[in-house]
Amino acid sequence: MVHVSATPVLALRGVSKRFGAVQALTDVELEVHAGEVVALVGDNGAGKSTLVKTIAGVHPIDEGVIEWDGRAVQINRPHDAQDLGIATVYQDLALCDNIDVVGNLFLGRELRKRGVLDEVEMERRARDLLTTLSIRIPSVRIPIASLSGGQRQTVAIARSMLGEPKLVILDEPTAALGVEQTAQVLDLVERLRERDHAVILISHNMADVKAVADKVAVLRLGRNNGVFEVKSTSQEEIISAITGATDNAVTRRAARTTGEVSK
Amino acid sequence: MSIDKTSPTPGQDEHVVENPEAAAAAVTVVDPRLLVREQGLTGYVGEFKRKMRAGDLGSIPVVIGLIVIGVVFQSLNSAFLSAENLNNITITMVGTGMISVGIVFVLLLGEIDLSVGSVSGASSAIAAVLAVNQGWPEWAAVLFAVAAGAAIGAAHGFFFAVLGAPAFAVTLAGLLFWLGFMLQTLGANGTINLDSDGLIGSLTTYYFTDIAAAYGLAAVVTAVFFITSFLGNRRREAAGIPSRPLNETILRTALLAVICFAAAFMYNQYKGLPLATVIFLVFLVATDFVLRRTSYGRKVFALGGSVEASRRAGINVTAVRISVFAVSGGFAAMGGLFLASKIASANQSAGTGDLLMNAIAAAVIGGTSLFGGRGRTWNALLGVMVIVSIQYGLQLESIAEPVKYMITAGVLLTTVVIDSITRRTQKTAGRA
Repeated sequence: MVHVSATPVLALRGVSKRFGAVQALTDVELEVHAGEVVALVGDNGAGKSTLVKTIAGVHPIDEGVIEWDGRAVQINRPHDAQDLGIATVYQDLALCDNIDVVGNLFLGRELRKRGVLDEVEMERRARDLLTTLSIRIPSVRIPIASLSGGQRQTVAIARSMLGEPKLVILDEPTAALGVEQTAQVLDLVERLRERDHAVILISHNMADVKAVADKVAVLRLGRNNGVFEVKSTSQEEIISAITGATDNAVTRRAARTTGEVSK
Repeated sequence: MSIDKTSPTPGQDEHVVENPEAAAAAVTVVDPRLLVREQGLTGYVGEFKRKMRAGDLGSIPVVIGLIVIGVVFQSLNSAFLSAENLNNITITMVGTGMISVGIVFVLLLGEIDLSVGSVSGASSAIAAVLAVNQGWPEWAAVLFAVAAGAAIGAAHGFFFAVLGAPAFAVTLAGLLFWLGFMLQTLGANGTINLDSDGLIGSLTTYYFTDIAAAYGLAAVVTAVFFITSFLGNRRREAAGIPSRPLNETILRTALLAVICFAAAFMYNQYKGLPLATVIFLVFLVATDFVLRRTSYGRKVFALGGSVEASRRAGINVTAVRISVFAVSGGFAAMGGLFLASKIASANQSAGTGDLLMNAIAAAVIGGTSLFGGRGRTWNALLGVMVIVSIQYGLQLESIAEPVKYMITAGVLLTTVVIDSITRRTQKTAGRA
């Protein structure tokens, strides 16, 4: 079993968020501990992205409390979240295609020596970081354009690790990846956990969730719809929590196809 | 068969990757698929071939172009490669070249600045009015004119970056406005003659006549290049990251030395080292340093790659954009002063005609991408060399202006086609 500390790194208590007439989040609760991967699942429009953006400081919350290491904090700007030690890797990777891997890892926080870019130190640290995370890419001096989708995703995640964040939020990191690349990213998520980072993983892919997550928090129509221990929960239970009923499109389809097979 | 080129079969792989285990041991994070360059000359040839196939042409087309230009015009008229003619070419190209350096900055953002011709004319008019009509000391007039150029550029940048108007349209308006401003400033006479022995006049007429000056500069440039490369490589070795082998550094230094000393020899055959060339080189070195070795330069490249990524990385997109247009305006002003110096006056035709097109063409011919994020300020030097060489060559053949336009257009079109094709090749090779 994964070691889980008593005080959660991040805790949301009764968080609500409105956009005009739309109640995007209602009384949402969420806890993430160090060394724990929490999968955040839900159908399209369930509020996953909104919830992540409130944590990342893109949309400040309207009601409720965000606790960081047990004390209440205000996250009003992306900068506030970064200062606390929250790193977010968005779905579109936000890398510059024309700049090499080292340049992208340090983009916006270049190391300087007497006012000049310290390329040697940046390259050394980039190599160290990639080695620690067991990320394999052809060279740290090739432009991002030369990398595969999976490699880019790992670079984007590695970049979020440079600031030694306590919490890493991954927004659908495997959405556009092949089998091999997905495995690489999932390996990387496990290494983040081993290094005692807290991870929030947004995913539509139940297989990914079952593979790496410790807990699954389900959102439905902007509200909590259960938090499950992955080990003791079946995929069907999670799906019925996502869709809101045991009788749903997924189970009906499953029943239909097995029925057809038995015919 | 083209598939074989881009993705070698496992059998071929063994030939390309020389001793993958040793390579992996030498550098920590190495993918076995990585093509590791072999040591020595064969390694060079191999890497060169691979780069050509991947469409990574760099400056090679333009260097070949320069050689072709030299051979063709020399065979037509033996005066083309004379010291005097080459000297005139290198002085004339400074004005357009300076403007082109600013254009490189703007192109790196993936934007365009159409106002640089007019801004260069307006700045030379400002300098002339202040120095001649108002009796300012020339150095003050020069500083003011360059500052005015930068301020004009920053104003364009403001409309683009803050108000969100397309740079194309803003600078097109600037082209008209500053042309009108220049004509207004020059007044009824339309021409203000400059003191040809004054500061502005001597920009293109002063020579360091001592032959030691040109050779000395060549020696200093070569030595500085070697020392910085050598120390840089030693630091990389000490940090345990891949570095260039010593013989490669020596080879590069030797190549640079040949070019520098050949140029110095050529200058000394005529009047000596021109001041204009020294100033141009200083700005090229400085801008190249800023773009490649400072975090400001990194931000410019980042914006050319992805604006959204830059914003998320905490880069102040608005400030960088405004500053780049200010740089463009400042270099346009400096170019304008060199052009005014060449004719010893500020007149109504300054900054008009094909100046704008030549400045943009020079940057593109030199290898700066029109699509942003790729290029160096040295591209401006190579490109402007091509354009001015063609102009001088055609002049020696007494070929009329209309034909010159058509030939320059042909060169530009060829370059853009090469740029587009290499870009496509680079895409398929995963390099763009």
